[in-house]
Amino acid sequence: MTILTFTLILLLGAYLAGLAGSLTGLGGGVVIIPLLTLFFHVDIRYAIGAALVASIATSSGSASAYVKEGITNIRLGMFLEIATTAGAVMGAVLAIYTPVNIVAILFGVTLIFSAAMTLRKKHEGALAEGSKLSYVLKLNSSYPAKQGLVDYKLKNIGGGFSIMTLAGILSGLLGIGSGALKVLAMDSAMRVPFRVSTTTSNFMVGVTAAASAVVYLQRGYIDPGIAFPVIIGVLAGAFTGSKLLMRIDVKWLKIIFSFAITAIALNMIYNGFNHKF
Amino acid sequence: MNTNKETKKVTDYDMQQLIGQVLRYGVLISGLVAITGGIWYLYQQGSGIPDYGTFHGEGEGYTSLTGIIKGLGKGSATEIIQLGVVILIATPIIRIVFSLVAFSLERDKLYILITLIVLSIILFSMFGGLSI
Repeated sequence: MTILTFTLILLLGAYLAGLAGSLTGLGGGVVIIPLLTLFFHVDIRYAIGAALVASIATSSGSASAYVKEGITNIRLGMFLEIATTAGAVMGAVLAIYTPVNIVAILFGVTLIFSAAMTLRKKHEGALAEGSKLSYVLKLNSSYPAKQGLVDYKLKNIGGGFSIMTLAGILSGLLGIGSGALKVLAMDSAMRVPFRVSTTTSNFMVGVTAAASAVVYLQRGYIDPGIAFPVIIGVLAGAFTGSKLLMRIDVKWLKIIFSFAITAIALNMIYNGFNHKF
Repeated sequence: MNTNKETKKVTDYDMQQLIGQVLRYGVLISGLVAITGGIWYLYQQGSGIPDYGTFHGEGEGYTSLTGIIKGLGKGSATEIIQLGVVILIATPIIRIVFSLVAFSLERDKLYILITLIVLSIILFSMFGGLSI
Protein backbone atom coordinates (compact mmCIF):
# COMPACT_ATOMS: atom_id res chain seq x y z
CA MET A 1 0.00 0.00 0.00
CA THR A 2 1.40 3.38 -1.02
CA ILE A 3 0.92 6.66 0.85
CA LEU A 4 -1.58 7.72 -1.84
CA THR A 5 -3.89 4.71 -1.31
CA PHE A 6 -3.45 4.96 2.49
CA THR A 7 -4.53 8.63 2.30
CA LEU A 8 -7.55 7.95 0.08
CA ILE A 9 -8.86 5.07 2.24
CA LEU A 10 -8.28 7.11 5.40
CA LEU A 11 -10.08 10.07 3.80
CA LEU A 12 -13.12 7.88 3.11
CA GLY A 13 -12.96 6.33 6.60
CA ALA A 14 -12.71 9.76 8.24
CA TYR A 15 -15.67 10.96 6.16
CA LEU A 16 -17.80 8.05 7.40
CA ALA A 17 -16.54 8.62 10.96
CA GLY A 18 -17.54 12.29 10.80
CA LEU A 19 -20.92 11.37 9.30
CA ALA A 20 -21.72 8.66 11.87
CA GLY A 21 -20.33 10.80 14.68
CA SER A 22 -22.52 13.77 13.89
CA LEU A 23 -25.68 11.70 13.27
CA THR A 24 -25.37 9.80 16.57
CA GLY A 25 -23.82 12.59 18.62
CA LEU A 26 -20.77 10.51 19.54
CA GLY A 27 -18.27 12.74 17.74
CA GLY A 28 -15.61 11.85 15.18
CA GLY A 29 -12.84 10.64 17.49
CA VAL A 30 -14.42 7.39 18.69
CA VAL A 31 -14.37 5.83 15.22
CA ILE A 32 -10.97 7.21 14.18
CA ILE A 33 -8.99 5.32 16.86
CA PRO A 34 -10.30 1.79 16.07
CA LEU A 35 -10.11 2.53 12.32
CA LEU A 36 -6.43 3.45 12.55
CA THR A 37 -5.33 0.81 15.06
CA LEU A 38 -7.42 -2.25 14.11
CA PHE A 39 -7.63 -1.67 10.35
CA PHE A 40 -4.42 0.16 9.43
CA HIS A 41 -2.28 -1.20 12.33
CA VAL A 42 -1.15 2.31 13.16
CA ASP A 43 0.49 2.83 16.57
CA ILE A 44 -2.21 3.87 19.07
CA ARG A 45 -0.31 7.07 19.93
CA TYR A 46 -0.65 8.35 16.34
CA ALA A 47 -4.32 7.32 16.49
CA ILE A 48 -4.84 9.35 19.69
CA GLY A 49 -3.27 12.40 18.04
CA ALA A 50 -5.53 11.99 15.00
CA ALA A 51 -8.64 11.55 17.19
CA LEU A 52 -7.86 14.78 19.08
CA VAL A 53 -7.59 16.67 15.80
CA ALA A 54 -10.87 15.07 14.63
CA SER A 55 -12.60 16.05 17.90
CA ILE A 56 -11.57 19.70 17.58
CA ALA A 57 -12.64 19.81 13.92
CA THR A 58 -16.14 18.37 14.53
CA SER A 59 -16.69 20.39 17.70
CA SER A 60 -15.72 23.75 16.20
CA GLY A 61 -17.48 23.03 12.93
CA SER A 62 -20.87 22.20 14.43
CA ALA A 63 -20.63 24.49 17.48
CA SER A 64 -20.46 27.54 15.19
CA ALA A 65 -24.05 26.87 14.07
CA TYR A 66 -25.49 26.00 17.51
CA VAL A 67 -23.89 28.99 19.23
CA LYS A 68 -25.40 31.38 16.69
CA GLU A 69 -28.87 29.93 17.28
CA GLY A 70 -28.47 30.70 20.99
CA ILE A 71 -29.04 27.13 22.25
CA THR A 72 -25.55 26.71 23.72
CA ASN A 73 -25.18 28.00 27.30
CA ILE A 74 -21.85 29.81 26.97
CA ARG A 75 -21.52 30.64 30.70
CA LEU A 76 -22.19 27.04 31.72
CA GLY A 77 -19.68 25.83 29.11
CA MET A 78 -17.05 28.32 30.22
CA PHE A 79 -17.48 27.43 33.92
CA LEU A 80 -17.30 23.66 33.31
CA GLU A 81 -14.28 24.12 31.03
CA ILE A 82 -12.28 24.82 34.19
CA ALA A 83 -12.95 21.19 35.13
CA THR A 84 -12.46 19.67 31.67
CA THR A 85 -9.26 21.54 30.75
CA ALA A 86 -7.67 20.86 34.17
CA GLY A 87 -8.69 17.20 33.72
CA ALA A 88 -7.31 17.11 30.16
CA VAL A 89 -3.91 18.37 31.33
CA MET A 90 -3.88 15.69 34.06
CA GLY A 91 -4.84 13.09 31.46
CA ALA A 92 -2.02 14.13 29.13
CA VAL A 93 0.46 13.81 32.01
CA LEU A 94 -0.99 10.42 33.05
CA ALA A 95 -0.59 9.23 29.45
CA ILE A 96 3.21 9.26 29.86
CA TYR A 97 3.01 6.67 32.64
CA THR A 98 0.22 4.54 31.17
CA PRO A 99 1.20 1.51 29.03
CA VAL A 100 -0.43 1.54 25.57
CA ASN A 101 -2.36 -1.69 26.14
CA ILE A 102 -4.00 -0.19 29.26
CA VAL A 103 -4.92 2.86 27.15
CA ALA A 104 -6.54 0.49 24.60
CA ILE A 105 -8.54 -1.32 27.32
CA LEU A 106 -9.67 1.98 28.88
CA PHE A 107 -10.68 3.19 25.44
CA GLY A 108 -12.76 0.05 24.88
CA VAL A 109 -14.55 0.45 28.22
CA THR A 110 -15.28 4.13 27.48
CA LEU A 111 -16.66 3.17 24.05
CA ILE A 112 -19.12 0.67 25.55
CA PHE A 113 -20.21 3.26 28.09
CA SER A 114 -20.69 5.85 25.31
CA ALA A 115 -22.74 3.39 23.25
CA ALA A 116 -25.01 2.71 26.23
CA MET A 117 -25.36 6.44 26.88
CA THR A 118 -26.54 7.14 23.31
CA LEU A 119 -29.50 4.80 23.80
CA ARG A 120 -30.45 6.15 27.22
CA LYS A 121 -33.50 8.38 27.51
CA LYS A 122 -32.58 12.00 28.23
CA HIS A 123 -34.38 14.55 30.38
CA GLU A 124 -36.59 16.78 28.29
CA GLY A 125 -38.14 18.97 30.95
CA ALA A 126 -36.67 22.04 32.59
CA LEU A 127 -36.39 22.59 36.36
CA ALA A 128 -38.36 25.52 37.73
CA GLU A 129 -36.19 25.97 40.82
CA GLY A 130 -32.36 25.85 40.80
CA SER A 131 -29.80 25.39 43.57
CA LYS A 132 -28.19 28.38 45.30
CA LEU A 133 -24.92 27.99 43.40
CA SER A 134 -26.68 28.04 40.04
CA TYR A 135 -27.84 31.62 40.79
CA VAL A 136 -24.45 32.75 42.11
CA LEU A 137 -22.71 31.45 38.97
CA LYS A 138 -25.45 32.79 36.66
CA LEU A 139 -25.88 29.36 35.04
CA ASN A 140 -29.67 29.47 34.69
CA SER A 141 -30.74 30.55 31.25
CA SER A 142 -33.25 29.97 28.47
CA TYR A 143 -33.17 28.44 25.00
CA PRO A 144 -35.23 28.90 21.84
CA ALA A 145 -37.75 26.12 21.06
CA LYS A 146 -40.77 25.81 18.76
CA GLN A 147 -43.09 27.20 21.45
CA GLY A 148 -40.77 30.16 22.20
CA LEU A 149 -38.08 30.74 24.82
CA VAL A 150 -37.89 28.00 27.46
CA ASP A 151 -36.43 28.97 30.85
CA TYR A 152 -34.46 26.38 32.80
CA LYS A 153 -32.62 26.20 36.12
CA LEU A 154 -29.86 23.89 37.30
CA LYS A 155 -29.02 21.87 40.41
CA ASN A 156 -26.12 19.79 41.78
CA ILE A 157 -23.42 22.02 40.28
CA GLY A 158 -20.69 20.35 42.36
CA GLY A 159 -21.65 16.88 41.14
CA GLY A 160 -21.64 18.01 37.53
CA PHE A 161 -18.27 19.72 37.99
CA SER A 162 -16.73 16.49 39.40
CA ILE A 163 -17.98 14.31 36.53
CA MET A 164 -16.63 16.94 34.12
CA THR A 165 -13.16 16.62 35.67
CA LEU A 166 -13.27 12.86 35.02
CA ALA A 167 -14.48 13.54 31.44
CA GLY A 168 -11.48 15.85 30.99
CA ILE A 169 -9.00 13.25 32.30
CA LEU A 170 -10.36 10.59 29.92
CA SER A 171 -10.31 13.09 27.07
CA GLY A 172 -6.66 13.95 27.72
CA LEU A 173 -5.64 10.31 28.16
CA LEU A 174 -7.55 8.81 25.21
CA GLY A 175 -7.76 11.72 22.78
CA ILE A 176 -11.53 11.62 22.51
CA GLY A 177 -14.07 14.35 23.23
CA SER A 178 -15.80 12.14 25.87
CA GLY A 179 -19.09 13.78 24.93
CA ALA A 180 -21.03 10.94 26.58
CA LEU A 181 -19.62 11.75 30.05
CA LYS A 182 -20.17 15.46 29.48
CA VAL A 183 -23.82 14.87 28.67
CA LEU A 184 -24.11 12.57 31.73
CA ALA A 185 -22.78 15.35 33.97
CA MET A 186 -25.16 17.95 32.56
CA ASP A 187 -28.19 15.75 31.95
CA SER A 188 -28.28 13.45 34.98
CA ALA A 189 -26.53 15.56 37.60
CA MET A 190 -27.34 19.16 36.74
CA ARG A 191 -30.63 18.58 34.87
CA VAL A 192 -29.73 20.72 31.87
CA PRO A 193 -32.42 20.24 29.15
CA PHE A 194 -31.39 17.79 26.42
CA ARG A 195 -30.93 20.28 23.56
CA VAL A 196 -28.81 22.56 25.72
CA SER A 197 -26.67 19.76 27.20
CA THR A 198 -25.77 18.22 23.82
CA THR A 199 -24.87 21.52 22.19
CA THR A 200 -23.00 22.86 25.22
CA SER A 201 -21.09 19.56 25.52
CA ASN A 202 -20.15 19.81 21.86
CA PHE A 203 -19.07 23.43 22.40
CA MET A 204 -16.74 22.34 25.24
CA VAL A 205 -15.12 19.45 23.36
CA GLY A 206 -12.98 21.78 21.23
CA VAL A 207 -11.42 23.60 24.19
CA THR A 208 -10.95 20.37 26.18
CA ALA A 209 -9.23 18.65 23.25
CA ALA A 210 -7.10 21.75 22.53
CA ALA A 211 -5.81 21.71 26.14
CA SER A 212 -4.22 18.28 25.64
CA ALA A 213 -3.53 18.67 21.89
CA VAL A 214 -0.93 21.39 22.60
CA VAL A 215 0.97 18.77 24.64
CA TYR A 216 0.50 15.90 22.16
CA LEU A 217 1.64 18.02 19.20
CA GLN A 218 4.95 18.61 20.96
CA ARG A 219 5.27 14.91 21.83
CA GLY A 220 4.95 13.97 18.15
CA TYR A 221 1.54 12.23 18.44
CA ILE A 222 0.07 14.34 15.63
CA ASP A 223 1.50 13.18 12.30
CA PRO A 224 0.80 15.41 9.25
CA GLY A 225 0.34 12.44 6.90
CA ILE A 226 -2.51 11.13 9.08
CA ALA A 227 -3.83 14.51 10.23
CA PHE A 228 -4.67 16.00 6.84
CA PRO A 229 -7.00 13.27 5.50
CA VAL A 230 -8.58 13.05 8.97
CA ILE A 231 -9.31 16.80 9.23
CA ILE A 232 -10.75 17.04 5.72
CA GLY A 233 -12.70 13.76 5.88
CA VAL A 234 -14.20 14.39 9.31
CA LEU A 235 -15.19 17.98 8.48
CA ALA A 236 -16.89 16.93 5.23
CA GLY A 237 -18.63 14.03 7.00
CA ALA A 238 -19.86 16.18 9.88
CA PHE A 239 -21.14 18.75 7.41
CA THR A 240 -23.12 16.11 5.48
CA GLY A 241 -24.38 14.73 8.80
CA SER A 242 -25.69 18.07 9.98
CA LYS A 243 -27.64 18.48 6.72
CA LEU A 244 -29.02 14.91 6.89
CA LEU A 245 -29.95 15.16 10.57
CA MET A 246 -32.89 17.45 9.78
CA ARG A 247 -34.39 14.94 7.34
CA ILE A 248 -33.90 11.42 8.67
CA ASP A 249 -34.91 9.55 11.81
CA VAL A 250 -31.73 8.53 13.59
CA LYS A 251 -33.30 6.17 16.15
CA TRP A 252 -32.43 2.93 14.31
CA LEU A 253 -29.10 4.29 13.17
CA LYS A 254 -28.21 4.95 16.81
CA ILE A 255 -29.09 1.38 17.81
CA ILE A 256 -27.10 -0.20 14.96
CA PHE A 257 -24.16 2.12 15.56
CA SER A 258 -24.16 1.38 19.31
CA PHE A 259 -23.92 -2.38 18.66
CA ALA A 260 -21.16 -1.86 16.08
CA ILE A 261 -19.25 0.35 18.53
CA THR A 262 -19.61 -2.27 21.28
CA ALA A 263 -18.21 -4.99 19.00
CA ILE A 264 -15.25 -2.76 18.12
CA ALA A 265 -14.75 -1.95 21.79
CA LEU A 266 -14.61 -5.64 22.77
CA ASN A 267 -12.03 -6.17 20.02
CA MET A 268 -9.92 -3.30 21.42
CA ILE A 269 -10.17 -4.70 24.97
CA TYR A 270 -9.27 -8.23 23.79
CA ASN A 271 -6.23 -6.94 21.87
CA GLY A 272 -5.29 -4.80 24.84
CA PHE A 273 -5.23 -7.80 27.18
CA ASN A 274 -3.12 -9.72 24.64
CA HIS A 275 -0.63 -6.85 24.35
CA LYS A 276 -1.22 -6.41 20.64
CA PHE A 277 -0.67 -2.66 20.75
CA MET B 1 -33.81 48.50 34.99
CA ASN B 2 -35.63 47.31 31.91
CA THR B 3 -33.32 49.13 29.48
CA ASN B 4 -30.33 47.80 31.39
CA LYS B 5 -31.55 44.25 30.85
CA GLU B 6 -32.16 44.96 27.17
CA THR B 7 -28.59 46.12 26.52
CA LYS B 8 -27.24 43.07 28.34
CA LYS B 9 -29.29 40.78 26.09
CA VAL B 10 -27.87 42.48 23.01
CA THR B 11 -24.27 41.95 24.08
CA ASP B 12 -24.93 38.27 24.89
CA TYR B 13 -26.40 37.91 21.41
CA ASP B 14 -23.42 39.71 19.89
CA MET B 15 -21.06 37.38 21.74
CA GLN B 16 -22.86 34.34 20.29
CA GLN B 17 -22.56 35.68 16.74
CA LEU B 18 -18.91 36.63 17.22
CA ILE B 19 -17.95 33.24 18.70
CA GLY B 20 -19.85 31.48 15.91
CA GLN B 21 -17.86 33.42 13.29
CA VAL B 22 -14.51 32.76 15.00
CA LEU B 23 -15.18 29.01 15.06
CA ARG B 24 -16.42 28.92 11.47
CA TYR B 25 -13.49 30.84 9.97
CA GLY B 26 -10.92 28.99 12.10
CA VAL B 27 -12.15 25.63 10.81
CA LEU B 28 -12.39 26.88 7.21
CA ILE B 29 -8.88 28.36 7.15
CA SER B 30 -7.31 25.32 8.79
CA GLY B 31 -9.08 23.03 6.32
CA LEU B 32 -7.84 25.05 3.34
CA VAL B 33 -4.24 25.12 4.63
CA ALA B 34 -4.36 21.36 5.33
CA ILE B 35 -5.70 20.61 1.81
CA THR B 36 -2.97 22.76 0.21
CA GLY B 37 -0.22 21.03 2.20
CA GLY B 38 -1.87 17.65 1.66
CA ILE B 39 -1.93 17.89 -2.13
CA TRP B 40 1.67 19.06 -2.16
CA TYR B 41 2.57 16.18 0.21
CA LEU B 42 0.90 13.56 -2.01
CA TYR B 43 2.60 15.03 -5.10
CA GLN B 44 6.01 14.72 -3.40
CA GLN B 45 5.63 11.48 -1.42
CA GLY B 46 2.43 9.81 -2.67
CA SER B 47 4.25 6.79 -4.06
CA GLY B 48 6.12 6.10 -0.81
CA ILE B 49 5.17 3.45 1.77
CA PRO B 50 3.41 4.62 4.96
CA ASP B 51 5.23 3.73 8.18
CA TYR B 52 3.05 4.21 11.23
CA GLY B 53 3.41 0.79 12.85
CA THR B 54 6.05 2.08 15.25
CA PHE B 55 5.95 5.34 17.14
CA HIS B 56 8.80 7.78 16.42
CA GLY B 57 7.75 10.64 18.68
CA GLU B 58 9.44 13.98 18.94
CA GLY B 59 12.41 15.24 17.01
CA GLU B 60 10.63 15.83 13.74
CA GLY B 61 10.37 19.44 12.51
CA TYR B 62 6.59 19.51 12.82
CA THR B 63 6.49 18.93 16.58
CA SER B 64 7.40 22.50 17.54
CA LEU B 65 6.27 25.92 16.39
CA THR B 66 9.82 27.00 15.47
CA GLY B 67 10.25 23.76 13.52
CA ILE B 68 7.01 24.38 11.63
CA ILE B 69 8.02 27.95 10.77
CA LYS B 70 11.44 26.74 9.61
CA GLY B 71 9.80 24.06 7.43
CA LEU B 72 7.38 26.58 5.96
CA GLY B 73 10.36 28.67 4.82
CA LYS B 74 11.63 25.66 2.89
CA GLY B 75 8.17 24.98 1.43
CA SER B 76 8.00 21.59 3.19
CA ALA B 77 4.59 19.91 2.69
CA THR B 78 4.40 18.27 6.13
CA GLU B 79 4.96 21.61 7.85
CA ILE B 80 2.22 23.26 5.77
CA ILE B 81 -0.23 20.54 6.91
CA GLN B 82 0.94 21.01 10.48
CA LEU B 83 0.28 24.75 10.19
CA GLY B 84 -3.32 23.81 9.37
CA VAL B 85 -3.37 21.59 12.50
CA VAL B 86 -1.99 24.45 14.62
CA ILE B 87 -4.69 26.81 13.29
CA LEU B 88 -7.29 24.16 14.14
CA ILE B 89 -5.98 23.75 17.71
CA ALA B 90 -5.75 27.54 18.08
CA THR B 91 -9.39 28.07 17.03
CA PRO B 92 -11.05 27.10 20.35
CA ILE B 93 -8.28 28.94 22.25
CA ILE B 94 -8.94 32.11 20.24
CA ARG B 95 -12.62 31.57 20.98
CA ILE B 96 -11.77 31.81 24.72
CA VAL B 97 -9.85 35.06 24.14
CA PHE B 98 -12.88 36.52 22.32
CA SER B 99 -15.18 35.42 25.18
CA LEU B 100 -12.83 37.22 27.57
CA VAL B 101 -13.20 40.43 25.56
CA ALA B 102 -16.99 40.00 25.43
CA PHE B 103 -17.29 39.37 29.21
CA SER B 104 -15.10 42.45 29.80
CA LEU B 105 -17.44 44.58 27.67
CA GLU B 106 -20.37 43.21 29.68
CA ARG B 107 -18.42 43.98 32.90
CA ASP B 108 -19.17 40.45 34.14
CA LYS B 109 -16.33 40.20 36.69
CA LEU B 110 -17.11 36.64 37.76
CA TYR B 111 -16.89 35.36 34.19
CA ILE B 112 -13.81 37.41 33.39
CA LEU B 113 -12.17 35.50 36.26
CA ILE B 114 -13.53 32.10 35.13
CA THR B 115 -12.38 32.70 31.54
CA LEU B 116 -8.92 33.76 32.76
CA ILE B 117 -8.63 30.51 34.78
CA VAL B 118 -9.44 28.38 31.70
CA LEU B 119 -7.02 30.38 29.56
CA SER B 120 -4.18 30.00 32.07
CA ILE B 121 -4.74 26.22 32.34
CA ILE B 122 -4.32 25.95 28.55
CA LEU B 123 -1.26 28.23 28.50
CA PHE B 124 0.23 26.19 31.36
CA SER B 125 -0.36 23.04 29.31
CA MET B 126 1.23 24.63 26.23
CA PHE B 127 4.42 25.81 27.92
CA GLY B 128 4.54 23.03 30.53
CA GLY B 129 4.63 20.58 27.62
CA LEU B 130 7.87 22.09 26.34
CA SER B 131 9.83 20.95 29.37
CA ILE B 132 8.42 17.38 29.55
